[in-house]
Amino acid sequence: MRLRLEKRPEPSRLMLVIAPIASVLLTMLIGVIVFDALGVDGQRAVLDIFVTPLLASYKWQDLAVKAAPLVLIALGLSIGNRANVWNIGAEGQYIIGALCAAGVGIAAGANGGVVIVTLMVLAGVVGGAGWAAVPAVLRTRLSVNEILSSLMLTYVALQVLGYLVGGPWKDPNGRNFPATAPLQPDQTLPILVPGTTIHLGVLIALILPFVFWAVMARSVFGFQIRVVGSAPHAARHGGFDSKQTIWLAMLIGGAMAGLAGALEFTGALKKIDLGFPSGYGFTAIIVSFLGRLHPIGCLIAGIMLAVTYVGGQLAKISVHIPDATAGIFQAMMLFFILASDIFVRYRLRIVRTQKVAPAMVPGE
Amino acid sequence: MNLDVISSIMTIVGLSTPILLAALGELITEKSGVLNLGVEGMMLLGAIGGFAGAVLTGNPWLAVIIAAMAGALGALLFGFFSLTLNSNQVATGLALTIFGTGVSSLVGLSFTGRIVAPFGSLFPAVLSRDPFWKVIFGYSPLVYFALIMVVAVAWFLTRTRSGLILRAVGENDHSAHSIGYSVVGVRYAAVAFGGAMAGIGGAYFSLVITPMWAERMTAGRGWIALALVVFAGWKTGRLLIGAYLFGVLMWTEGFAKGGGFSAFLPIAQSIPSQFWAAMPYLMTVVVLAIISSRPSGGGNAPACLGKPFLPSN
Repeated sequence: MRLRLEKRPEPSRLMLVIAPIASVLLTMLIGVIVFDALGVDGQRAVLDIFVTPLLASYKWQDLAVKAAPLVLIALGLSIGNRANVWNIGAEGQYIIGALCAAGVGIAAGANGGVVIVTLMVLAGVVGGAGWAAVPAVLRTRLSVNEILSSLMLTYVALQVLGYLVGGPWKDPNGRNFPATAPLQPDQTLPILVPGTTIHLGVLIALILPFVFWAVMARSVFGFQIRVVGSAPHAARHGGFDSKQTIWLAMLIGGAMAGLAGALEFTGALKKIDLGFPSGYGFTAIIVSFLGRLHPIGCLIAGIMLAVTYVGGQLAKISVHIPDATAGIFQAMMLFFILASDIFVRYRLRIVRTQKVAPAMVPGE
Repeated sequence: MNLDVISSIMTIVGLSTPILLAALGELITEKSGVLNLGVEGMMLLGAIGGFAGAVLTGNPWLAVIIAAMAGALGALLFGFFSLTLNSNQVATGLALTIFGTGVSSLVGLSFTGRIVAPFGSLFPAVLSRDPFWKVIFGYSPLVYFALIMVVAVAWFLTRTRSGLILRAVGENDHSAHSIGYSVVGVRYAAVAFGGAMAGIGGAYFSLVITPMWAERMTAGRGWIALALVVFAGWKTGRLLIGAYLFGVLMWTEGFAKGGGFSAFLPIAQSIPSQFWAAMPYLMTVVVLAIISSRPSGGGNAPACLGKPFLPSN
C-alpha cells in the first residue's frame, strides 16, 4: 500500500477555499510550538498576532490603513502572477508612485484642493506604471528576465528616494533631517471617518477588488490572462499575443503599486522620509498568493496580513518578541499556501500495490 | 605599483567574493534544473549563522561550517516545498528570502553589538602584510576558498560522471528518470549545495567585511548573484570574470563617495552619492539586457530550469 498523487480533472473548488485557511491555521499552530520552545508564551504571542487586532475595535483603523496598500498592490500583482509574469519590484514602483505624487504636490506650490490631489494620485499611478514599463520593455524587446530587472530597479528607486528627500526636496525646516516637508492639509486625501485615520484610499482599496473581479470574470482580457498563465500553447494558438500580456501585466502591477504609494503618501503618512518604503511591495506578493490570485481573495488576504503587522506590534509589547517575527509568520503562510496547491490540483489516493512480478521493466 | 592600486584591487576582490560564492552554488542548483530565488535569504541565514557560530565557538572555521549548514537548511526547506510538494519555484524562492530575512533578524537580536575575532591569515606575515605581496597573500581564507571552488565546480560539471548526471537531470529530467537516476534526489543535493555556498557567501559579510551583525547586511547581493549566473551563461569561467566585474562596479561606489573621481574629473563632485550607490544595480540591468539580447543569450539555460518534475508513472 502506498500513497499516490492523482491529477484531478479540474482544480478542486473546495480545496481552493480550504487551503488558505488551513495555511493560516498551520502557521498559528507552528507558531505556538516554536514560541513555547523558545521560552515565550506561545499561545499569547500567536493570539496577539493573529486574533487580537480583529477583536480590539480601536485597532480597526490601523488594520484598514495597513491593509489598503497591501490589497491594492496584490490586486495588480495577481494579474501578472496568473499570467506567469513575475513582477517582484512592486516595492520600487510603490516608492516611485509616492515620489511622483510628491513631485506634483511640490510643483503645485501653495495650491491644493480636489484637482491637485487627484493629479497627485494620478501622477503616482503613471509613475508606478512607468517604473514597471522598464522591465516590460526589457523583457519584450531584449528578453531580459523580469524577476531580476524589476527587483534591481527597486534598489535604484530606493536611491532615487534617498537623493530627493535628502537633497532637492528636503524640508528646509526639518532640522536637516532627510524628509520632505509635511503636506499642507488641502493636498491630502479626505478622512472618511472623523476622528480616525481612515482615508479615502481605504475606500478605493475596498471597491477596486470588486472592479477587478468583474473585469477578470467578464472580459476577454481576463480570459486572456487566465489562458496565458495556465495554457501558454493554447493561448498562442488562440491568437493571444504573449508580449501584449507581459505589457499589460507589468503596467497594471506598476500602476496599482504606484497608486498604493500615492495614496499612502497623501492619505496616511503625508511626508516621505527614508522609512517610507516599508516592504508592502514584497508582502503584497504573499497577499496575492494567499488570496489565490483572486481579487476578492486579495482583499481578505490583505486584511489578514495587515492583522499580522498590527498584531506583531501588539506582541512586541505583550510578550516582547521583535518586529521580524511577523515576517517569519508571513513567509510560513506563503510556504504553506504554495505547498497546498498540490491538493488543489491533485488528489491523494491510497494505492494497493499488487504483488505481480513485472514481466519486463516498463520503459516510461 | 602604486599603493592605492593595491588597496583598490584588494577591495574589489573582497567585494566580489561573496557574490562569487553564492553564484557558484546557484550555478549548481540551476544546472540541476531548479531555480532557487532564495539566495538573498540563504545568505542572510549564513551571515547570522556564521556570526553566531563565531561568537559561540570563537573559531572562525567552525563558524563558516555553521554558516554553510544554516544556508543549506534554508535550501532544504525550499527543496521540501518545491521538490517534494512541487510548489511553484519562483514563489517558494521568494518565500525563502522573506523567511531568511525574518529568521536572521530574530536570531540576530541577541548578537547585536557583539564583535568576533577576524580570520587569521593563511600565509606568514612577511607575505600577507607586505605592502606589495599582500595583493596576492593578504586576503581572508574565504577568498582562496572561493577561487578553489571555481576550479572544483568547473571540474565537477565537465569532468565527472556525477556532474554529467546533474546536467542530465537539468536538461532532460524525464530521460534521466527513465534510465534510473533519482531526479528529485539529485536536485535535493544540488539545492543543498547551493544553500551551503550562499551561506558561506553570507558569512563573508558578517565575518570578514564587517565582523559584526547588522540586519539585512547582505543588501541585495544575493539577487546580484542570481543575475551573475544569467550573465555568465551558466558557465563557470565566466562566473569568475563576472563576479570581479561586479566587484569593480561596487568598488566604484566607495571610490566615488570618497571623492576619488573628483581629482581628475571635476564634474564628479556634483554627482550625488546615491547615483553611485544605484550603479551596481543599474549596471546589472544593463548587462542583463546586453547578454539576453544576443542571439545565443539565455539559450544556455538548462532546459528544465524552474519546471517541476512530475514523473508520468
